[in-house]
Amino acid sequence: MNLRDSIKYLFSYKIAGETFIKLNTKKAFKNFKPPKSWRTDILAPPLKTGVYTKEIIAKHYLEGRYVNGVKPVAWVTSGAPIEILKALGFYILYPENHGALCGARKAALEISEEAEKKGYSMDICSYARTDIGSILSKKTPVGKLPKPDLLLCCTNICQTVLYWYRVLAEYYKVPLIVIDTPFVYDEAKEHDIEYVKKQLEASIDVSEMVAKKSLSFTKLKEIVKLSKMAAELWLEIMSSNKNIPSPISVFDQFIHMAPIVEKRGDAVTVDFYSKMLKEIKERIKNGIGAVKNEKKRVLWDNLPIWYKIKFLSEFLAEHGVSVVASTYTNAWGELAPMMDIERPIESMARTYTYPILNRGTGHKLKTMEMMVKEFDLDGAILHSDRSCKPYSVGQVDQRLKLLNELGAAALLLEADHNDPRAFSDEQSKSRLKAFVEMME
Amino acid sequence: MEKVKSIGIDAGSTTLKIVGVEEEGKILFSVIEDADPKIEEQTDKLLGELRNNYDIENSKIVATGYGSNLIKADKKVTEITCHAKGIYEYFKTGGTAVDIGGQDNKVILISKNGKVVDFIMNDKCASGTGRFLENTSWRLKISTEKMAELAISSDNEVKISSTCAVFAESEVISQLSRGQKLEHVIKGLHRAMVKRITSMVYAIGFNPPLMLSGGVAKNKAVAQMLEEELGEKPLIPENPQIMGAFGAALIGLSE
Repeated sequence: MNLRDSIKYLFSYKIAGETFIKLNTKKAFKNFKPPKSWRTDILAPPLKTGVYTKEIIAKHYLEGRYVNGVKPVAWVTSGAPIEILKALGFYILYPENHGALCGARKAALEISEEAEKKGYSMDICSYARTDIGSILSKKTPVGKLPKPDLLLCCTNICQTVLYWYRVLAEYYKVPLIVIDTPFVYDEAKEHDIEYVKKQLEASIDVSEMVAKKSLSFTKLKEIVKLSKMAAELWLEIMSSNKNIPSPISVFDQFIHMAPIVEKRGDAVTVDFYSKMLKEIKERIKNGIGAVKNEKKRVLWDNLPIWYKIKFLSEFLAEHGVSVVASTYTNAWGELAPMMDIERPIESMARTYTYPILNRGTGHKLKTMEMMVKEFDLDGAILHSDRSCKPYSVGQVDQRLKLLNELGAAALLLEADHNDPRAFSDEQSKSRLKAFVEMME
Repeated sequence: MEKVKSIGIDAGSTTLKIVGVEEEGKILFSVIEDADPKIEEQTDKLLGELRNNYDIENSKIVATGYGSNLIKADKKVTEITCHAKGIYEYFKTGGTAVDIGGQDNKVILISKNGKVVDFIMNDKCASGTGRFLENTSWRLKISTEKMAELAISSDNEVKISSTCAVFAESEVISQLSRGQKLEHVIKGLHRAMVKRITSMVYAIGFNPPLMLSGGVAKNKAVAQMLEEELGEKPLIPENPQIMGAFGAALIGLSE
């Protein structure tokens, strides 16, 4: 720990920064009203507890500005087993989440172009391009990102992360831990879980070396417990959308999922989702739907189109369509039951082997079929994401099965989660409108 | 002066189509013009001209197509619903409707009672659309009608592998410069386009009969090759290009 960095961290983040953000949240909560551009004619007001999403994320990135030299920093993939790092006191940064934030703030294109200027192909995942572009140009809407001391890459979401994190390791000259998760076709074999468990155990040494301290299993159990609690609450929040009208939309979930990804394992996250669930239950009690005139209910498959969330939310709400379930947001809740506080490493191995992207396309189809039935859906929008091949593969067949076997109208919408050049406004509008007309 | 009950306006990316119907749905007039960028003015001008011969004062107006945003209409409906309606009412049967337009292809599954069951459109590129043939037509300075004749009369064909509307053009030039015969290359070009469309038909699941609409349906080579590829003789309306506007006009009748 560096003394100068620690003093700066203490004053700029802990004393001035945190106090300022907290005061802002208090003020925002007290004088809560929707933003001026909010379409109150078609949408329910935003969730009041959403002010805490802003607070948590603002604090997280502000801490990131001053954390180097104070805490060890790890950069990790979105589905990485972070509990060991959390227990060792790492500050954890998710480049994918930072990418999503750049996308939602419409800054991703300019940043990606910085990577493209250095020769990274336009065909590479737009999250990877945003991250690499941000590193090379120092451009970011959050001010400054901390440098990593350690990289943790888990292959349970895609193979691109392997190459992406090797680039990061070479650039920052820091250790890279790779957790290789065997693909699950149907059920994971015991030796698959054992293989992942051994890698997790092996990762402890490197992580301890970087953190310059030993792992406390008591602390690890506590983190696993908090991770599980937050994931269970998130799952309950998503399940509350089975109610008609649906209290929140998937577009709300896209915004408020940031803490379950970025701050999993923290007590503040559990507290936050408890408050949100309470507000949602209140909405249900009062019969408030996210879309004021909910006529049709659909699901969303694949990543969000970050730079078009407002447009999609309003366009669909104008036609009385509420997007109530999503395979994407579901991914951060569905595995909660697998976490076992008494056997943290083994249960982590199992949990992190089973994400939707590490399983066969049949599993995703089953998930969507379950959603159609349990959430009483009329249709499905399958975002064919140019940047995310593992998520998009199989969608052509999945779409036909949803239509032919369940009678759900289904649309394949071509776009990209972060690159607006892959989104055609007019073409998308005409397809979405025809999809709505088909359900009428 | 004949009373027009409803008017359908299909402002497509390439052409503007206007159809007027009487209360039973019979077509009273149809107009087709190349689309002007100032679509609103063009529509007003055409409607003004129609006023000289038809009573359109109380006609319902339903607009469709990419340019429909600026058109003053009682209702705006997507091309999918309009083409399905037009085709279904024209042939009085469900099945698979294929609309090949200037920059859009649509394959629509229509149920026995005329409802849209499913649809698929070309993705964000213009491969297999009317523009695919037009690009080469401009480059070779041969009309698309003449190209269709050449394709039909050709006893052989050269494989054009690109389905990209831009790259196919350079592939055609490259094949010609290698000494391949013009008609063989042109036939190969039509085949590439038709294969792109048939792959869309198979993607959605082909349910006969096959019904064509859109300007390209007038191209005999395309119709013939679709029959070869799908094993089903396509039904083609007398004026396939106006099916979207016709469907829009019919939707106006129930407004």
